[in-house]
Amino acid sequence: MTAFVLALFDSVLDAAPALVFAAVGTTLSERAGVVNVGVEGMMRAGAFAAAASALVLPTPWAVLVGAGVGAAIGALHGWLCIWARSDQVVSGMAINLVMLALGQFLLEAAFSSPSGTPPITQLTPWLGHSPLTWLAVALPFVVHAVVQRTPFGLRLRAVGEKPEAVAAMGVRVAPLRLAAVVASGALAGLGGAHLSTAVLDRFEHHMPAGLGFMAVAAMVFGRWRPLGAALAALFFSVGDALRLSLASSAPGLLEVVPQGVLLAMPYALTLVVLSLQRRGASRAPAALGRPYDPEVR
Amino acid sequence: MPTIALRGISKRFGSQVALRDVSLELGRGERVALVGENGAGKSSLMNVLYGLYAADTGEVRVDGRPARIRTPADALALGIGMVHQHFTLVPTLTVTENVVLGREPTRVGQLDLPRARAEVLATCARFGFALDVDARVDALTVGSQQKVEIVKALHRGVSTLVLDEPTAVLTPQEADELFTVTRRLSDEGLTVVLISHKLKEVLAFATRIAVMRRGEKVAEVRPAETTPESLAALMVGPRGPRPASVKAAPGPVVATLHRVSAGRLREVSCAVRAGEVLGIAGVDGNGQRELAEVLTGMRVPDDGALVVLGQRGALTPGRARALGVRHVPEDRLRHALVTDFSVAENAALGRHRAPPFAAGARIDVAGRLAETQALLDAHDVRPRAPHLRAGALSGGNQQKLVVGRELAGAPKLLVAVQPTRGLDLAAVDAVRGRLLDFRAGGGAVVLVSLDLDEVLALSDRLLVVHDGRVTGEFPREAFDERVIGRRMLGVLDA
Repeated sequence: MTAFVLALFDSVLDAAPALVFAAVGTTLSERAGVVNVGVEGMMRAGAFAAAASALVLPTPWAVLVGAGVGAAIGALHGWLCIWARSDQVVSGMAINLVMLALGQFLLEAAFSSPSGTPPITQLTPWLGHSPLTWLAVALPFVVHAVVQRTPFGLRLRAVGEKPEAVAAMGVRVAPLRLAAVVASGALAGLGGAHLSTAVLDRFEHHMPAGLGFMAVAAMVFGRWRPLGAALAALFFSVGDALRLSLASSAPGLLEVVPQGVLLAMPYALTLVVLSLQRRGASRAPAALGRPYDPEVR
Repeated sequence: MPTIALRGISKRFGSQVALRDVSLELGRGERVALVGENGAGKSSLMNVLYGLYAADTGEVRVDGRPARIRTPADALALGIGMVHQHFTLVPTLTVTENVVLGREPTRVGQLDLPRARAEVLATCARFGFALDVDARVDALTVGSQQKVEIVKALHRGVSTLVLDEPTAVLTPQEADELFTVTRRLSDEGLTVVLISHKLKEVLAFATRIAVMRRGEKVAEVRPAETTPESLAALMVGPRGPRPASVKAAPGPVVATLHRVSAGRLREVSCAVRAGEVLGIAGVDGNGQRELAEVLTGMRVPDDGALVVLGQRGALTPGRARALGVRHVPEDRLRHALVTDFSVAENAALGRHRAPPFAAGARIDVAGRLAETQALLDAHDVRPRAPHLRAGALSGGNQQKLVVGRELAGAPKLLVAVQPTRGLDLAAVDAVRGRLLDFRAGGGAVVLVSLDLDEVLALSDRLLVVHDGRVTGEFPREAFDERVIGRRMLGVLDA
């Protein structure tokens, strides 16, 4: 039993960071008032960019490239939502769809392989796990401190609740929101990079396989707070790890329960948890999804 | 030598002219009032000064030098602050956090909240404001929230303060307090601009009054040289006389509430009679909204007995309509109109199943058009365009459309919530006139309004609510603004 728990713990430490990065990043964007359902696409872009650049760069640099590409897509989403005032959900979904197709296209165009990139050197483990794992342990606390204890965080919280208040105090709304969305994209890209440089040693065509959507669910479940989102992400990851270790430690299980049901478990769990959550408890930022126009009358 | 001079400011929104060649000078320590109807351009002019709107032409000079004010940050740097009509406070943050937002004290990159708190306390003390700086803003009363807005500006060290309709949501006591404080600040050298349409307070407070009408400054007068009547005439320009109110002759009871509780409303008993206007006065959020919702079937009471037009028990909006209850809701864009539908479609809402709007299962397009034309003529909705999108009408005409629709078909009880909010004076008169006509014809009106002057002007009987309970009932002969104001705050003695 102890061995089972330890193995579970280990596999959570390996798998959870991707979801933690993405979920914590999403809180930044949404607390600033910009809906980010493009996390899936941003993660995918980060995963691909990290794996592809790891073929020519040292892997730590490749991970940074992944985060950078995520940030760039975040900037695109920010531009669409803040300046072009597009519908924020549509923009996010468009990013997801474009990245889904672009990833597949680039795989086939650059690597002539529909299933994945060639293998790369994984990040060198540190204390038994990828350095990104330890970053994921620290990051929620750092982001929490930034949001709660810095001028930037105060403005971030204010701009998601009432952008008019921020503008009236002489702070420009658009750059503030853009910074939050770019940070959100960078963290989603980092999460994706974790998938292709630490969980696996390549980009696989289905990455991130819905993790981006689970990150959004974790953010909602965590009530738009960095620590809450990280905890929720951890909870979902434990569910997933439980599935994997059950399947390997009790092979007989698969004869009773179809593989598909087990695969669907974390997602079903997400639905159950979200529906159990009390309505009033999960209060979204008041100005979420609302573009700011100073001259609107 | 004026401190601030606005010269030849013009501003358009699309095809609509908001400001046309407006000039205004503000001297140190002056108290300048900007008066005019809604949409006259008062707020637009000040929004230009505060950097929220970019003027199309014209310039702002500060201390004789041209100033480029493109954002509120520029305005604040020049010592210009503004308290907006709709507060710009973040409800989930504390008073301290709201006040320091945008210029936060830090210690090694971190927000220094203890220092922020001390600074805000110092500002409050210096200017004589008593505020709980640790309270979350959404826990404060509206009056206190307004103080926070003023402290915010003072904390930035402004020398000119613009107050946009500051008393719209205050009780008379809170308004008095505001003016006392502001007058003292102006004696200490603060320049104050007061935007208002309440002529009484303008005449009492200002040292100079600028009158605006349709985007232009039409006059500048000293309070001693004018009267409310002549100011009102300047504001609206030439127009017809006001309809005289006829003495009420209350008839039988049309609706009774017995110890009804619903949401914030707690154990309220009251009755409305035919041929009277029952006014409900109270500070926003003290149960008056729930009262209106119960009467119109939009909310099922938690407890208590309700009899509306002979029908006992809970209502639905549909059943209430069938009984002859009509509703002019507070938020016409959410509950009264479908803005993307045409005027004719909106005129049919609620009675769309019956002739002349329907013929069997079909829409009677011709019948609807004729009926809508008649409604537009009868209620002077401009333009007379049944096919226009309802959202394209001005607020006043939207409300005239709603009132016309609700008064059609001889209803028995009209529940009107904030029926003239945001309308210009001409539309206010039109809507109030319709309500009084309806009452004169034997209809019962329940009038809920946050504008105490409006309730006092129209009601035959007045209920004051505070914290969900009725804290006073007054017949028209016994209306006393002071007493009613105290009851609105829940003060029962004296």
